[in-house]
Amino acid sequence: MLTFVFRRLLLSIPTLLVIGLVVFLLLDLAPGDPLANQPLSIPPEVREQMRAALGLDKPVYVQFFLWLYQFFVVEPLVLIDRTFGTAFAADQVRILSWQFRSPVMDVIWQRMPQTLWVVGMAYLVGVLIAIPIGIISAVRQYSIFDQIGTLISMIGFSVPTFFTGVLLIVIFSVNLGWLPSIYDTQLVVNDWASFWQQVRQMIMPVAVLALFNASQISRYMRASMLDNLTQDYVRTARAKGVRENAVVMRHVLRNSLIPVVTVIALGVPTIFGGAIITEQVFKVNGIGQLLISAIQNNDIPMVQTLTFIFAVLIVLFNLIADVLYGLLDPRIRYD
Amino acid sequence: MKLRTTLMGAAGVLAMATAAMAERGSDGNVNILYWQAVSIMNPYLSGGTKDIEAASLVIEPLARFDAGGVLVPFLAEDIPTVQNGGVSEDLTTITWKLKPGLVWSDGTAVTSADVVFTWQYCTAEGGGCAQGAKFTGVTNVEAVDELTVRVTFDGPTPYPYGPFVGGQSPVIQAAQFADCLGPRAPECTQANTYPIGTGPFTVTNFVPDDVVTLAANPNYRDPAKPAFATVTFKGGGDALAAGRAVLETGEFDYAWNLQLAPDVIEGMAAAGKGTVVAAFGTNVERIEMNLTNPSPDLPEGERATVKHPHPILTDARVREALSIAINRDIIDEVGYGPAGQPTCNLVPAPALYASDNTACLTQDLDRANALLDEAGWVRGADGIREKDGMRLSLLYQTSTNAVRQDVQALVKADWEAIGVETELRNVSAGVFFGGDPASPDTFQRFYADVQMYTNNFEGNDPQAYLAAYACDKIPSPESGWQGENINRICDPVYEAMIAELAAAREPEVRGEIAKRMNDWLTKDNNIIVPLIYRGRVSAHANTLGGVQLNSFDSELWNIADWYRID
Repeated sequence: MLTFVFRRLLLSIPTLLVIGLVVFLLLDLAPGDPLANQPLSIPPEVREQMRAALGLDKPVYVQFFLWLYQFFVVEPLVLIDRTFGTAFAADQVRILSWQFRSPVMDVIWQRMPQTLWVVGMAYLVGVLIAIPIGIISAVRQYSIFDQIGTLISMIGFSVPTFFTGVLLIVIFSVNLGWLPSIYDTQLVVNDWASFWQQVRQMIMPVAVLALFNASQISRYMRASMLDNLTQDYVRTARAKGVRENAVVMRHVLRNSLIPVVTVIALGVPTIFGGAIITEQVFKVNGIGQLLISAIQNNDIPMVQTLTFIFAVLIVLFNLIADVLYGLLDPRIRYD
Repeated sequence: MKLRTTLMGAAGVLAMATAAMAERGSDGNVNILYWQAVSIMNPYLSGGTKDIEAASLVIEPLARFDAGGVLVPFLAEDIPTVQNGGVSEDLTTITWKLKPGLVWSDGTAVTSADVVFTWQYCTAEGGGCAQGAKFTGVTNVEAVDELTVRVTFDGPTPYPYGPFVGGQSPVIQAAQFADCLGPRAPECTQANTYPIGTGPFTVTNFVPDDVVTLAANPNYRDPAKPAFATVTFKGGGDALAAGRAVLETGEFDYAWNLQLAPDVIEGMAAAGKGTVVAAFGTNVERIEMNLTNPSPDLPEGERATVKHPHPILTDARVREALSIAINRDIIDEVGYGPAGQPTCNLVPAPALYASDNTACLTQDLDRANALLDEAGWVRGADGIREKDGMRLSLLYQTSTNAVRQDVQALVKADWEAIGVETELRNVSAGVFFGGDPASPDTFQRFYADVQMYTNNFEGNDPQAYLAAYACDKIPSPESGWQGENINRICDPVYEAMIAELAAAREPEVRGEIAKRMNDWLTKDNNIIVPLIYRGRVSAHANTLGGVQLNSFDSELWNIADWYRID
């Protein structure tokens, strides 16, 4: 097992380097200009100086290697400095955003809490709803419950979040006035009142995203349960006189969870990626909103760093899913 | 028009009813929503309106423009003029005097050294200062004494109010930015996001592209102001959601730049929670004519350059026909409502420079048809005009934006009525306005026959704006497609007027020359076809008083005077 993990980790290094290069070249070839949103009253010669100050006048390979050096050497050194109070990176230039002119990593770090709270909570809620729905739908196949579950999944899957989000705002913020339509990222939870405020501002974005997540996972859960319910071992268990409850919960559920756990693990990186549309609708201003505004403003260092971090997470969680598979299913061994 | 007048009247009444002005910080918190979030608090590193306006709460220039475009002293004691001796007789220097006793928010004194440093900061090599244009022609800025600073220009400068005037050019603290000169400028994150200023507020927490929280500056020069103790400056979302948060849910007190369809904004205002306000500066939405041939048949490097004059649009009669065929009233009604009025002027304000040119306001299809007939364009079988085997067909491009696409459709209908075939095209704003020399879709390259966008000039003097249409400012492959003379105008008559304006001293004479230049570009030659004089539209809660929307400077220029109405 350890050698398997080690081999996979080694293999992921060239994969990630290629991803980094491809992303960089794509961004470089894409049309657009980081100064496009500056007013027209700024004359061309000033624009030229601004471009030079961003390092845009340097050749592409220099820009790429500079970014690599900053990402793999300077940023870890900064982290070490922060943790141990050393000063290795004192005079090194960090990856600076073109929009904010401040270190990319600090901004990402600031954005993490609200993204993890909202998108992570939505994922958790989605999973917690999806698994029981999937189980009941499979056991009572074609019952009323199953039909309604299918209908809701279809709606959750096919109606875009920019529609459900705005619909909820119009109902609960504009008409009823119960919930805030704008998320306060700086809210400090230190008593029951602020906790209640946090809950209220999370209800709508979490509901919108949880509906989407639950639709997807409940379908996997249902399909996997149905596969297992017709297996021979289920018939054997029933023939031995095991109670139906025990058959479903102990035998079928555990076996059905194997593929679902993989799907859930592979979905975890998307939590860190944020939810571009939902964050924009509710002004959560997390990682998703950061990525989209960086793309709109051609903030290449920010887009490059964010997409690279996503790539690392996806590679990592693929590995975790594989390892989990081995732990859950005794038939799979990596030796 | 009616709605706008009422709204402005209402705002005026509120502003006058400056009720019991209590002491500093007595009115709690004010919530401001900018749907484009703030990235940085330093206007020298970002020319974005949102950043300049957020910074205007903290750092201030020597003088600002008020809502009418008139200069009012902020850090300066008064506005230097030739009459009061502040501007030298030969127009080469301007001497500003700071108000005595000014202190930064950290308690240290504001001196002329800070003003000198601001100039050094923006002109340092490798800094990429976004406001570099404010300091063009400045050869020296020197401290005469503690509170006096003299700016010297390289020649007579009839309009010396560029440096240190307006939201784009505030004075920064020398002590804070001392190590941030040149290439080091972007690395000073602390200084760029928590600037020490003289304004009514100071930054207490800055989260880039999300929210800025500010608190009343304990050292602000007026001990009774600001009335608000704290400001929450939230960003994100879109104009529609921002309007909703102020006008419908009442969660926010002020929403910036509501570029929305007129019926949408009226619907939201009907909820009765807030007021929509508009103000007009110098923004004009216009159609620009390409005087060079953008045909794709020409070799790259010669396409859309002065080597090949435009086969259709070099005829002034065709340009005039295109201008008078447009129904500007419909465009205003559909796309702009309270945020616009039809115009024929490139320079719509201030009054001193605005020409009385209104000839284009009435649509005249008969005359347009007659002009095209006279120019030799006759209708073909399908109703489109032809001449020497060439169809009168134009490619009309603009940036991607719902209102602009509506306007394109309206103009196309008007032009087809006079037998002009129109092909429409829209380009993503990031590409269209980005100056990427490698992209064929930028507005500077102008690979189309006509194009539409908005431009304006900062402050209240149009000299640099009108001087853009000089021969040496034509974008071309040699200049890396950079240059402001988008139409490729090169005419000795106009060049002479540019020189004349640069040398004129008396305001009345300057106004007269500027009007002539405006008329030459618009009604005499129709190279620039103005459509709509665009205003800014914002909304504020009915409980927020003192808002005076300003289109010449930062919208939040008088936030020190805002207060809560109970």
